[in-house]
Amino acid sequence: MTIALLIDFGSTYTKLRVLDCDAGTVIASAQGPSTVERDVNVGLDAALSKLATSLRGLPPFTYRLASSSAAGGLRMVTVGLVRELTAEAARQAALGAGAKLVGSFAYRLTAGDAATIAGLAPDIVLLCGGTDGGNSTVILHNARVLAATALACPFVVAGNREAADEVTALLAAAGKSVTLTDNVMPALDRLDIEPARAAIRSIFMHRIVHAKGIDKAAARFDAVLMPTPAAVLEGARLLADGTSTASGLGPLVVLDPGGATTDVHSIGNGEPAEPGVIRQGLPEPYAKRTVEGDLGMRINAASIAAAIGPEQFAADAGVSLAQAEAHIGRLSADTAFLPASAADIRFDRALARAAIRIAMLRHAGRRETVYTAQGPVQLQRGKDLGDVALVVGTGGVLVNAEDAASLLAAAFADDADPQSLRPRHARLAVDRDYLLYAVGLLAQVDAGAALRLGLNNLHELECGVTA
Amino acid sequence: MRPLTLVTGVIGADTHIVGNRILSMALEDAGYRVVALGALTPAGDFIKAAIETAADAILVSSLYGQGELDCRGFRDLCVEAGLEDILLYVGGNLVVGKQPWPDVERRFLDMGFDRAFPPGTRVERALELLASDFAARGKRIGVPETR
Repeated sequence: MTIALLIDFGSTYTKLRVLDCDAGTVIASAQGPSTVERDVNVGLDAALSKLATSLRGLPPFTYRLASSSAAGGLRMVTVGLVRELTAEAARQAALGAGAKLVGSFAYRLTAGDAATIAGLAPDIVLLCGGTDGGNSTVILHNARVLAATALACPFVVAGNREAADEVTALLAAAGKSVTLTDNVMPALDRLDIEPARAAIRSIFMHRIVHAKGIDKAAARFDAVLMPTPAAVLEGARLLADGTSTASGLGPLVVLDPGGATTDVHSIGNGEPAEPGVIRQGLPEPYAKRTVEGDLGMRINAASIAAAIGPEQFAADAGVSLAQAEAHIGRLSADTAFLPASAADIRFDRALARAAIRIAMLRHAGRRETVYTAQGPVQLQRGKDLGDVALVVGTGGVLVNAEDAASLLAAAFADDADPQSLRPRHARLAVDRDYLLYAVGLLAQVDAGAALRLGLNNLHELECGVTA
Repeated sequence: MRPLTLVTGVIGADTHIVGNRILSMALEDAGYRVVALGALTPAGDFIKAAIETAADAILVSSLYGQGELDCRGFRDLCVEAGLEDILLYVGGNLVVGKQPWPDVERRFLDMGFDRAFPPGTRVERALELLASDFAARGKRIGVPETR
């Protein structure tokens, strides 16, 4: 029997899953506190001893793989040229690598920008700018500015290849560690973020894990392969695409409404579903991740309610406006709040629906009709997710909900806003045991087992009908 | 030597793409690197593309008679974006109705375009002027990129 141990070093918990790779099932789960700030071994040992108790001793593990979002996650700053072009491509690359974006910059960096970036103390800076053969003056200027800072973090350079050698030399001469990779936008109509993602991941595995003190537990695992959000994205990708021998589920969306952010992942090319629609704007990543930092169900309860409209929000939660405001105040003061009463739960459900609705709206593309002298023309920006086959919910609020389907259905397209290209007739499912990260990790060593695990663990919900 | 880079496209809510595509192919054959934005291109997208690709010239097409409206402030946008010296051409059916070409040309030159071209202009004529305008700026057409 092939047995794998999967570890997630989270910001609150260290979570373990023991998997039977042949059957694609979970044998045991356990968790301990997150103790990265002191010694990562403390929390891991606590979780491992729980496992040993429930399994009467630990079995021999074929694989021991980990992901991490501890110690602030992978904190990144991105720099590009035009905000909507290479600066956006850089953001997409960093988000796709599972980073937490702490700053995004465009055009020429000022002295003030440099001071801000130094103050942010990111784990990695991704420097982009210019298509291949295009603008090189701005990326060179930005390299000079960054070289003059006291930043000690690694740099990934993924800009105009004509400037690459000079940019690398400028940073290296200032004692910075530089990884050079392919341009995130080699031509205006091409996005190529996978090489930058791979470079970020490699730095994460080999350097960040050490900097965060996670490698103190190195004897207990084989590798920390990637940041947890990247593992979730890889898990989603495997579920959609399958392996060389087993087919996947097709284009899908994964929603993760959390306490601090709401993440949306989509796998699929998002091409216009209808003929004659013209695509505009930046090409879209096949595996796309967006993070809504203002839609955390705990730290942003007030802004979520404001975004959906306070009256509508209160009505959805089934409380008066005054009650809603009082509850939001309580949540903002106590971000670790766990709902207890029926009213609390109703309120959390309303928050989740609102966060899911807005996050999905922002992630999905839009189609608009432009009236020209030759008649109406349909333009599409972003991904058309109208025909995705599946919407998967993950994270505590969905997994613990009795009516997860009614929460997830907030991601569906609605008739009031037909321009938004959200899912129209997808089936709904939840990642009940919070396994998508494990699927993504296991996929790196045994894709077949990872797919079996992912498929077994998806619990399809009733009511997969269009909204 | 780095090839000179040109941004082409049809501005505004204008779907006439055929002539623009032929022009773009001719420019490529003449040794330019062409960044073709196609039909229905907002003015701002020409500018963004020119910045990112370090373009040497922007060639704006307009065929549906609204060019005057769409191109208003185009040079100002370029100046604002740091492209003060970029060569700007415009051509096509630039205005509605029958208006004397010298008047139309004057209006577009006043808007900051370096040259304006009436309907029926031969591609060869545009290439000739492009080469001489670049020569005046000390720029030469590079070797075509091998792909």
